[in-house]
Amino acid sequence: MSDAKSSAVSVELRLRVEDLYGQYIACLDEARFDEWPDFFTEVCIYKVMPRENYDRKLQLATMAAESRGMLIDRVYGMQNTLFHQPYYQRHIVSGLFVRGLEQAEGAQRILTQANYAVFRTKQNALSEVFNVGRYIDTIVEDEGRLRFAEKWCVFDSELIPNSMIYPI
Amino acid sequence: MNAPEPGFSAPVHWHWREDATSRVPYRTYTDEALYKEELERIFYKGHWCYVGLAAEIPQAGDFKRTFIGERQVIMVRDNDGAINVVENHCAHRGVAFCQQNFGKAKEFVCPYHQWNYDLKGNLIGLPFRRGVRQDGKINGGMPADFKLEDHSLTKLKVAEKNGVVFASFDHEVEDFDSYLGEIRPWFERAFDGRGLTILGYSRQRIPGNWKLMQENIKDPYHPGLLHTWFITFGLWRADQRSQMVMDAHGRHAAMISRKNEGGAGEVTKGVTSFKADMALQDDRVLDVVPEAWWKGPSACMQTIFPSLIIQHNVNSISTRQIIPQGPDAFDFVWTHFGFEDDTPEMTRRRLRQANLFGPAGFVSADDGEVIELSQVGFNQHPDYQTITELGGREVGNTDHMVTETLIRGMYGYYRKVMGL
Ligand SMILES: [Fe+2]
Repeated sequence: MSDAKSSAVSVELRLRVEDLYGQYIACLDEARFDEWPDFFTEVCIYKVMPRENYDRKLQLATMAAESRGMLIDRVYGMQNTLFHQPYYQRHIVSGLFVRGLEQAEGAQRILTQANYAVFRTKQNALSEVFNVGRYIDTIVEDEGRLRFAEKWCVFDSELIPNSMIYPI
Repeated sequence: MNAPEPGFSAPVHWHWREDATSRVPYRTYTDEALYKEELERIFYKGHWCYVGLAAEIPQAGDFKRTFIGERQVIMVRDNDGAINVVENHCAHRGVAFCQQNFGKAKEFVCPYHQWNYDLKGNLIGLPFRRGVRQDGKINGGMPADFKLEDHSLTKLKVAEKNGVVFASFDHEVEDFDSYLGEIRPWFERAFDGRGLTILGYSRQRIPGNWKLMQENIKDPYHPGLLHTWFITFGLWRADQRSQMVMDAHGRHAAMISRKNEGGAGEVTKGVTSFKADMALQDDRVLDVVPEAWWKGPSACMQTIFPSLIIQHNVNSISTRQIIPQGPDAFDFVWTHFGFEDDTPEMTRRRLRQANLFGPAGFVSADDGEVIELSQVGFNQHPDYQTITELGGREVGNTDHMVTETLIRGMYGYYRKVMGL
């Protein structure tokens, strides 16, 4: 936590960051998965990881990607190769804050965190809490827009209710 | 439930074919009384259950909490370096005193009345055992004939085999090597005594009977059909040199195969999951590098009855523990690991390939999905039965994968144990 650093973030930038999260979850919840990789930089880190692994510094992730290409492969994999019962996702994001700013190779990196809850609704079934956790992210300016250079989805949920098909 | 459950007085006979196991009655997967009897006869007696890897508790005092059947157990390393497994169940009031999945302890103290146990499970003390002195007299205390040594934690029999830890509530259980039987060389191929490193955990709850997961990894028929990645990239498909091996009882098995180049061939004709034009944007997920310990085969999937699956598929290795949760659900806990002599590149490769395996894995998320849907079918038609006849109705090892022999083998053993 560095209040001094995060207070240097302009109101305008904060609103852009907030908008990024709104766009991101709308993309997932509306199942526009082909657009999802474009929220990330070409070289990136995307991890969905149990909190126990994160806290104990174990590296295994439930989903892991290191490039936009791997994210595209994930989308192809879940849409064309993974048999699954289809479901809707609904993300609720709250408690977003800027953890700080970093300079890396002349570019500014915005460090953020937010809570999330994902509800799952399968066909002919009641809605249920699917996965809850927090995003620990790094955002950069890239090609005139904000993109995630890193997104860690660290989930509290001790058990995944059967399988996790779509990204968080 | 209002009415009490009927007792499991006599084994129920549900249309099993007289001396075959090529048809499994649906009730085998749904009946509550049968499930309770499975816990007694399979998980708590006569069998070894997986509890963990020695590398999870490297130091004295390190412990891991897990389950055998529905009972909580603690695997702990004591000050002599030995691994003990005790039940998480205070002798006094039954309290599950340990409430951490992993930790470090000098002793175990029950929070309720502070009965305390050493790391071998011996009761070493309890408050007010000799009473409390007040106004010149002793109040209370335990009876004179109360002996600490009569009230240890339940101690399980432990077998540590090349870094893998199994335990049994049954101290009469056969020794572990003979329990593994003919599967032992395959077990020792993966675990030859080298040090292991823990990469992390995945946990899922699958709404299906626990035996369905044993079946899934005794079923070489489905991977080249359900799993696009296997057939398209040649990781597992019916035109490969493979072996299906069982122990003499038919309870444990190994499915062994060698990857090929994939692509179109006789086995892809009419297989809708085959994607001829599938190409990865970033193929580092499939950057397979053969390892010396494979001694050839690129995959060996072992089922150690009743609670463990050992996965070796290309550079990804894991143990998968089955924890039953009633007749229609089980928890599935994955521990991905590597070896102490892995290079950083190999560790990264194992982690990348882990995208194929686990609750979101490209070739395993759908196993959970189909198991759930099988269970849906079983619940609807208690009098039906499955068909398990690929490769015939008999049981025996094969040198190909076009067979369901391993499933038939397991149910032959199961019928004997359950008296069905
Ligand atoms: Fe499978």
